[in-house]
Amino acid sequence: MNVISTHIGQPVSRIDGVAKVTGQAKYAAEPHPPGMLYGVVVNSPIARGRIETIHDAEARQIPGVIEIMTHLNRPHAALFEKSYMDGLGVPGAPYRPLHDGEIHFNGQPVAVVFAETFEAAREAAMLVRVDYERWPHNANFEVALHQKYMPSKTRSNYVPPKPRGDAAAAYALSAVKTEGRYHLAPEHHNPMEMHATTVIVEDDGTFTVWDKTQGPQAVQAYLASALSLSKDQVRVRNPYVGGAFGSGLRAVYNVFLATLAAKMLKRAVRVTLTRPQMFTHAFRPEAVMDIALGASRDGTLQSMIVKGVTDTSRFEHNMENIVIWGLINYRCPNATADYKVAPRDTYTSSDMRAPGAATGVNLLEMAIDEMAYACGMDPLAFRLHNYSDIDAMHDMPLTSKALRDAMAQGAQHFGWHDRSMIPGSMRDGRELVGWGMATGIWDAMFSPTSARARLGQDGRLHIATAASDIGTGTYTILAQTAAEAFGMPLDRIDIELGDSALPECPTEGGSWTAASAGAAVWLACHSLRTKLFAALARCKNAPSWARQDSVKLEGGALHGMNENAQDSLSLSDALSLTGQDVLEAEETAKPGLRGKISQMRKARFTHSAVFCEVRVDPELGTVRVTRLVNAVAAGRIMNPKTAASQIRGAMVMATGMALHEDSLMDERVGQFMNHNFAEYHIPAHADIPDMDVLFVNEHDDEVSPLGVKGVGEIGMCGTAAAIANAIFHATGRRERNLPITLGA
Amino acid sequence: MRSFSYSRPSALDEACQGAESVRFLAGGTNLIDLMKSDVERPAHVVDIKSLPMRDITDRPDGGLRLGALVTNADTAAHPLVTGRYPLLASAILAGASPQIRNMATNGGNLNQRTRCHYFYDPAMACNKRSPGTGCAARGGRNRIMAVLGTSDACIATFPSDMCIALAALNATVNLHGPQGERTVSVRDYHRLPGDTPWRDNVLQPGEIVTAIDLPPAPFGPHHTYLKIRDRQSFAFAIVSVAVGLQMEDGRIRRGSIALGGVGTKPWCVPEAEALLNGQPPSHSLFRDVAERLLHGAVADRDNAAKIRLAPRVIERALWQAAVGTPQSQTDKAIR
Repeated sequence: MNVISTHIGQPVSRIDGVAKVTGQAKYAAEPHPPGMLYGVVVNSPIARGRIETIHDAEARQIPGVIEIMTHLNRPHAALFEKSYMDGLGVPGAPYRPLHDGEIHFNGQPVAVVFAETFEAAREAAMLVRVDYERWPHNANFEVALHQKYMPSKTRSNYVPPKPRGDAAAAYALSAVKTEGRYHLAPEHHNPMEMHATTVIVEDDGTFTVWDKTQGPQAVQAYLASALSLSKDQVRVRNPYVGGAFGSGLRAVYNVFLATLAAKMLKRAVRVTLTRPQMFTHAFRPEAVMDIALGASRDGTLQSMIVKGVTDTSRFEHNMENIVIWGLINYRCPNATADYKVAPRDTYTSSDMRAPGAATGVNLLEMAIDEMAYACGMDPLAFRLHNYSDIDAMHDMPLTSKALRDAMAQGAQHFGWHDRSMIPGSMRDGRELVGWGMATGIWDAMFSPTSARARLGQDGRLHIATAASDIGTGTYTILAQTAAEAFGMPLDRIDIELGDSALPECPTEGGSWTAASAGAAVWLACHSLRTKLFAALARCKNAPSWARQDSVKLEGGALHGMNENAQDSLSLSDALSLTGQDVLEAEETAKPGLRGKISQMRKARFTHSAVFCEVRVDPELGTVRVTRLVNAVAAGRIMNPKTAASQIRGAMVMATGMALHEDSLMDERVGQFMNHNFAEYHIPAHADIPDMDVLFVNEHDDEVSPLGVKGVGEIGMCGTAAAIANAIFHATGRRERNLPITLGA
Repeated sequence: MRSFSYSRPSALDEACQGAESVRFLAGGTNLIDLMKSDVERPAHVVDIKSLPMRDITDRPDGGLRLGALVTNADTAAHPLVTGRYPLLASAILAGASPQIRNMATNGGNLNQRTRCHYFYDPAMACNKRSPGTGCAARGGRNRIMAVLGTSDACIATFPSDMCIALAALNATVNLHGPQGERTVSVRDYHRLPGDTPWRDNVLQPGEIVTAIDLPPAPFGPHHTYLKIRDRQSFAFAIVSVAVGLQMEDGRIRRGSIALGGVGTKPWCVPEAEALLNGQPPSHSLFRDVAERLLHGAVADRDNAAKIRLAPRVIERALWQAAVGTPQSQTDKAIR
């Protein structure tokens, strides 16, 4: 597609910004239908066992309490049938809220109190007492590692590692070897907005479900199948989402419980989770990676052996692609990888921003740094020396890889070439200064997506797709795309998202929304344009210039060309002339749009080079990140302002991964203990320096219809490693466990 | 949160009725959270915000009186505090966030409760919250727990920053109760857990903190509040140190030091402070002081790092104070 950038590529501020800061943007817990009941969930404090008795008599005495729903009195639903499968989930038997009295994980909902006020519901919830028969459990990751296994049925997005050469033999023969076990603590997504659902029972008995989710159509499908409803009977809305980071990829228990209750009680219901309850569902799995690298003395990688394990629950097999990234990104003749999952009695771990790569790339890039030092090579030079121009694991060409440019521009911007090689050799007063770098890689994905473009009598262009803007700027970039494609000023475009009733769009995730929904909007606008021109051409009373081929749509009006350059026609007038109230077009973007099915023969990735400066107090062990530079190669950048915000946000999150975020499991009870923002630390402003984001020029007309790769996750990949590597450079000490906390 | 009765008296005696099930509400930054978490279950909440006690006034001895209801933010910004007690201002600013400091009061700060994960979770055994249930923090995830002053019944850390400075400043707490008025040294105000960890301090039922008196602090620039924490703002201390040194001809005439983040109460060891008296600053002296302060420290599962880290923080803080370069709470670099 030949995109001339009047709108696309401009640093437009968020078009939904005013609605958000003035409170007009409505989130899942904000609709307030009449007669609404408040639901408060009671969670299990044990990890494994069986409910013996539920004592709710005292709770039922609280004025305003309408119902206390448990596995004993909840209505029947298809979800509870043996044959039920969760279409959203991972292999295994998905957890079914209030299915029966068996406890599978600490934090499992065992009752929901519904009351006329939130206060009454909460008070009553505190009064519900449950007796349990306790069964043995294991929530210890080290113990779980002994039970690691490869699931017989793998997740659909799982990429099996493909070995090459003879890694073990090459390792044995390598002149330089490094070997180590790297570890990442579990993390929780903790979006600012807690998970919540408000269910409205419409007059016709259908349900409108406001849910904090990344996929309204996925939740609609889940509820329809779980509650035996037709899709006409349940509509899911999420026009605004206060962050999610993957916690809203799968339906969280609140949405099923709220909708089940609304159906049972025939009343509007809201269920919101508390911050501690945000630690009772999705989390990034704990991970270990054993990485052995072999190289020749000149710094040429000869062997790469990567073994990784992530944790999953006892009832589902969550899998992540953590071991493949080095095999893809480095030219190394002998490489092998192995991946397993380790089961423990917790909820199922799940996708969190850059799932697999945030873990696998960061831990690998720490090992690469070790190898660079073992070879006595500058870490950037080592990476350039072993640079692969192809997907080395699949031996496939890439649609593009401007990582060399990212490395060069990032290094230049950072001043990397002034770095001294020797650890501990740079100081500023008392503090040791460390400079570290790493590279990042993430999939550039595309998912078939539909969008509708409609022109109304008011002369405004209305765009609709069931995409979710989880705070990333989707509203804005889709408006820019529509403006570009239709020749319309931005302020005459309305974007409607976050509604299962809109044209089909996959769940937001994987950084594919910009490429996919963007392409769908582009196509729909072009199609609408063609329709408008065709309608005018057929229209006897339209001015003759407007019925010819030489007409253009620009600035929101039709203009004549050549001798008719002075003539113009407003879109409202044009629409009136055609005799129609609205004109609309719906299109579906597919990866093979350009007629080249390049995706089958070429691999697609986003890349980055991250540079970091830290200061370490050698006596106290305190670490301050004082500079971060991230140079990103991500194809076409739709909006450098919102895109840079995505990268910066991910760099903050990755700083948390490197230094702060650590969900502390008490294995004795199977519970994450620091389940609030006072003790689960994410970086504060004081922890974050000025961050520079550079987008390197990367023209790629094969990766997706608009040449877009997506930027939501690449900022996670490499940043934590750059910080860890900078700490090594400052101190000469290798910390192989993330986060690196005080006293490590 | 459970149902409770609420009153807002306008006279002190009216507030001090003396029932065990009463909680005083001032800024609410701690009590309300605890009630929402079902940790505090008061039958009666007495809102004391209409009481006086909201001034900072000069004392005849050159000291200051801090009203119990003055907010932490106003205290830290008050010219008499920043002028005479920069150590106190610094410690206050090292704690919480501006929003919380705007609400939290000085009396409330004295009475804030531990951040122990197990105290906050009603499903867990906790002698401090539910006497006699045991201490789940022992053997649990206790990286943030105390290493000094612990007992079999409790290892919960006392969380305040402000109180660490008050201890170093030898402040006095003024109390008003059904039995009348009394004063308690801030160093004696908080209790060791022993086998009654549910009693954080010496307050009797109905007793209320009315003011904190600060004696003159002849430290000049020779003070610091050094706080080491897991992130650089809005985190409780892993180790913190408040120091004031009275310097004379290059020697320490008298030194005062208190530790936070490591003890079950603000941690002061008079014998350790006495080591400083009359001595010139030196590494060996400061190491000895640190050793004496940490004497008897006991680690549990996750918190041995505090015992390794604390002596280094103490030594650094003593140097900062000795050379008159107090820790800045805005520039995060530790000099």
